[in-house]
Formats: sequence, C-alpha cells, structure tokens
Amino acid sequence: MNEKKSADVWVFAEQRDGELHDVSLELLGKASELASQAGGAVVAVLMGHQVRELAQILVNHGAHIVFVADDPRLGQYRLLPYTHVLESLIKKHEPGTVLMGATAMGVELAPRVAARLRTGLSAHCIDLKLDEKGNLLQMVPGWGGGIVATIACPDHRPQMATVMPGAMRVLPEEEREGRIEDVSIDLPDSNMGPEVLGVERTVAGEQPLEKAEVVVAGGWGVGGKENWHLLEELARLLGGAVGATRPPVDEGWARESQMIGQSGKTVRPTLYLGIGISGVMHHIVGMDQSKHVISINSNQNADIFQASDVIVAQDFMKIVPPLISELKSRVKG
Amino acid sequence: MNRIIVCVKPVPDPKHWDKVSMDPETKTLKREGIPLILNPLDKHALEAALVLRESHGGEVVLLSMAPPFAQPLIREGLAMGADRAVLLSDRVFAGSDSLATAEILAAGCRWIGDYDVILCGNQSIDGSTAQICSQLAEMLNIPNVMHVIGLEGSSGDNLVITQKIESGSVTLSSGFPIVLSVRKELNKPRYIPFTGILAAESKEITIVSNEDVRVDPERIGLSGSPTKMAGMDVRKFERKRERLEGTVDEIVKKLVERIYQCGVIEC
Repeated sequence: MNEKKSADVWVFAEQRDGELHDVSLELLGKASELASQAGGAVVAVLMGHQVRELAQILVNHGAHIVFVADDPRLGQYRLLPYTHVLESLIKKHEPGTVLMGATAMGVELAPRVAARLRTGLSAHCIDLKLDEKGNLLQMVPGWGGGIVATIACPDHRPQMATVMPGAMRVLPEEEREGRIEDVSIDLPDSNMGPEVLGVERTVAGEQPLEKAEVVVAGGWGVGGKENWHLLEELARLLGGAVGATRPPVDEGWARESQMIGQSGKTVRPTLYLGIGISGVMHHIVGMDQSKHVISINSNQNADIFQASDVIVAQDFMKIVPPLISELKSRVKG
Repeated sequence: MNRIIVCVKPVPDPKHWDKVSMDPETKTLKREGIPLILNPLDKHALEAALVLRESHGGEVVLLSMAPPFAQPLIREGLAMGADRAVLLSDRVFAGSDSLATAEILAAGCRWIGDYDVILCGNQSIDGSTAQICSQLAEMLNIPNVMHVIGLEGSSGDNLVITQKIESGSVTLSSGFPIVLSVRKELNKPRYIPFTGILAAESKEITIVSNEDVRVDPERIGLSGSPTKMAGMDVRKFERKRERLEGTVDEIVKKLVERIYQCGVIEC
C-alpha cells in the first residue's frame, strides 16, 4: 500500500447502542478541512447493527460518502470483528488518511488496525495539518503535555491518527448531500476473540463538560469535598459545568467524567474559571484552547497564571463566596 | 497456566520532568540525568499476574526492552514477586516507534514461549501512546483487551475480564492466550517485602539481543518505524495575564466585570 497517496480522509464513526460519539462529528469537521485542502472526499465508516439511520447525521456533518457495515455480528463492539471490517475496507479503497477518536474504543481499535496494515499511527492528537506533499502533520502532546511533538508518516499509507475528544470543531449540522453505501462483510466464524457477556451503564447522561460555554474547574487547592459545592454554585450562576484536575477526582470530590486534561477531556469554553489549580501541563493541555481564562490561586507564582488572561492571586475562600453573592444580586436585580 | 509475561517499561521519573529541555537546533529532547522508575501502571499489571499465579499456578516472567543499566528497576519487579526477567537490549532497537517496539516485544514473547496471558500497563507516562497492547497482540496474532479493571480466572482455561468504557463497563469472557492492558483501578500493587528484595538478588535477568530474537532489521529502530518526528515545540501561551489587585471588595468587583466582558451572562 506504500506510495499510494489518495487524498480521501476517512473517519471511523464510533457508535455504541445506536448513539454516535461526539468525537466522530468533530473528526468529520477536521476531515472536511483536510480533504478540501487535498482535493479528496470525506468518508465515514459506520459499523453496528440497525445503525443505518445514523448515516444521514454523518452526511449532515460533512461526510461525502458513508460506508455502512450493518450486521448483527457487529451489534456489540468487538475488537477483532471491527478490525477485520476496517482492514478489508481500507485495503479495498486505499484512503490516504484514517482518523479515529481517542476513546476507549478508538485507542484499542486504531493500533490493532495500524499494526495489521503495517502503517504508522499517532496517538491522542490535539491538532492535524496537511503539508504540501499531502503528509498529515500530527500534533501530539508529550511529557505531560509541555512539549508538543509533530509526527508524520511519510512512507506509509494510510496515515493514521487518534484524536482527543473535544479538540476539533464540529461543522454546523445542515441538510447536505452524500452517498450512503451498504458494504457487505465477510467475517470469519472463529477466532474472533473474547465474547461479550454484558454491558453495564453507570454514567448517567449529564450535561457534557465539552459542550458547556462556561467551565468552572477546581484543583487540589479547593481543599476538600466540603468546599466543592462553591464551584457547583458558581457554575450554576454562570450557566456552566464543573470540571476538575486529577487530584479532586482521585480524592472523590469530583467524578472521573469531570476530569480535564491529557487523560481526561479537552474543553474549549468561552470562559474557563480555574480555582485552586496549580497548572500542571497535564491539565493545561485540556483547557488552553478556552477563549477567556481566569485563574484564582493563592500561590503568587502558580503555573496556571502563565496560561491565564485574568489572574487573582488570592485564597479562593476569600474571593469566591463574595463573588457568588455579587453574581446572585446582579442576576436577581 | 503455563506462563504469564508482564511487559514493563523504565520511564523517566515525572518528578524530574522539569529538567527535560529541548535542543533548539536538533529539536531533540535532552533527558540526561533524569532518574528512571518503573512505569507506574506496569506494577498494576505485575500485581495482576501475581494474583493469577496464586490461583492458577505458572511462572511470571518480566519482559522489558531497555538498556542493560535498567537492571536495578527490573530487579524491583523481581522483588515484588516475578520469577525471572528477560531484558531485550540491543542498539538496533533504539529509536523504535510503537509499531517497531511491538514487533520487538512480540519477538521477545515468542522467544520466551508458552505464554497464556501477557499483561501490560494501559499506557506509559512518558510516551502515553497506549498502543502496545493492541499492536503486540496483533503481531502475535492473538486477541487483546485494553482498559482492564476486573480480572477473574474462572475454572478451566477461561478469564472473565471487566473493561472500562466511557459510559460504564463491558464484561468479556476469553480463553488463552490473550494480551491484557490494565488500568490502576484493577488492584493495588503489593509492597515489596524485605525478603522479596533478598530473593530478587538470586533471580535471573537474561539479557537478550537481536541475535537471539531475530527481528527483521527493516522493521525495527528509527528506520523501521513508520512514524517520524517532524518537529517538536515547547508549548507557549499567549495570554493577557492581567493581575487583579486591591482589597477583596475591589478584586471581586473587577472580577465580575471581567466575567461580564466575556459575554457569557447577561447584564
């Protein structure tokens, strides 16, 4: 497959239980940009059982072609059958680029597919660009995020990347034209790996942090669960959501789904308000695309101040309660 | 169970990452003088292997691709309870990306032979690509499961595996052989007893080169790696960094103004 440089950009459209993962739509946004630059098509690959109706959503978000592999045997995600289907589609059509979300599914599936095709894969990208030769430049944060490496895969195709959820922008949903094509699949009956015994849903549908216009995030400096409600109240007044760095999640003040950073979520709200956050790179990479950043930290030299527009070098317990009262009086008035 | 292989990786201690600097000309990282530790998640993988050995028997072998000076770290794993270790050490391995590394580790696994379960950490703290589990399994042509937070050996040749996903968890049933990568929720790695440290002194670390494992030289090292480093940058921030000063009252007033200026709430 080497040296074939098709300009098409493929997106793996991840779904579970008939629900598309947001990252799939974000990837279509990026793929549209890359494909128009390269003069190729945006192609989505949708797999599952009774998922055809999702194909139009993919078209309306920028896919020119949607390959639908609909089969009862693909109803539950299983690594080896999914690898098999992707491998055969990629070998048949030879796309130049294949993108997947850096989700639980994507980080398991993408490397297996890449290894089978013996091509390069970069992980947890925060941005993607094309150079003049059609090489995908893949920005990957490393060393806790303080250093951003640019990875390329010049001699192999497809060039593959997994992308952090939240890092790319979704195209506005509108009626668009696209071709939806069923693909026949040829799955071996045996050696398809572990059987799924059951799936348990424990995370209720909460306001996704990635979509909030205001994020109030707390760190170790919040001091304890007993202070956490202040963040929740502030977020409520600002119509936003609460996020966290790792320590509050480890301590049980916040849920894992609230974690922002390299091993959590990427947020890009209009306003990010960080409270008691020192600003390790691991966290910064998940928030530094926010439009406005305000940080409150009692440490005069907190690292997060470097990445902030407005700095309040004060104990948050002195600032946040009067801030809440002030906002309440204004909202009411 | 015949054998459990645990892949472990020496990584630079994150406590010293502020000493990492970049050579502005060569755009390479200068990491001299940074002490190494065992990748934290790999200890969870080893703990899982030790628990499996308690219930199913077999031998626990550590496998690592690292220079010979990493031996003291490998001995830490032996002190925790692994039976022996194999260290893949060869200059031709240097510069390998995840695909090439998986190729080398797969050759190491074949060289050890007779494995039922291969365990590793879900990701390393330095590279964090989280690609080794799936790629190693693909090279060995056996199944794999990532994000493991529960592992039970039922009777016979069967494992019940709990995999964490965004919305909850998936329970899977698998036979042998299989590659698993674990998250820290799976277990708490045991403390190393003093007797363990003593016992580790006499355990064997076999140093193996590519003369032994014979990976195709075109598939390893810098030249055998499909991904290439095209550049590297230290992340810079362009922010206003306006400090709000004054009494608490004054600061809160200014802060409210700044929040209104963002346009997220109505005046």
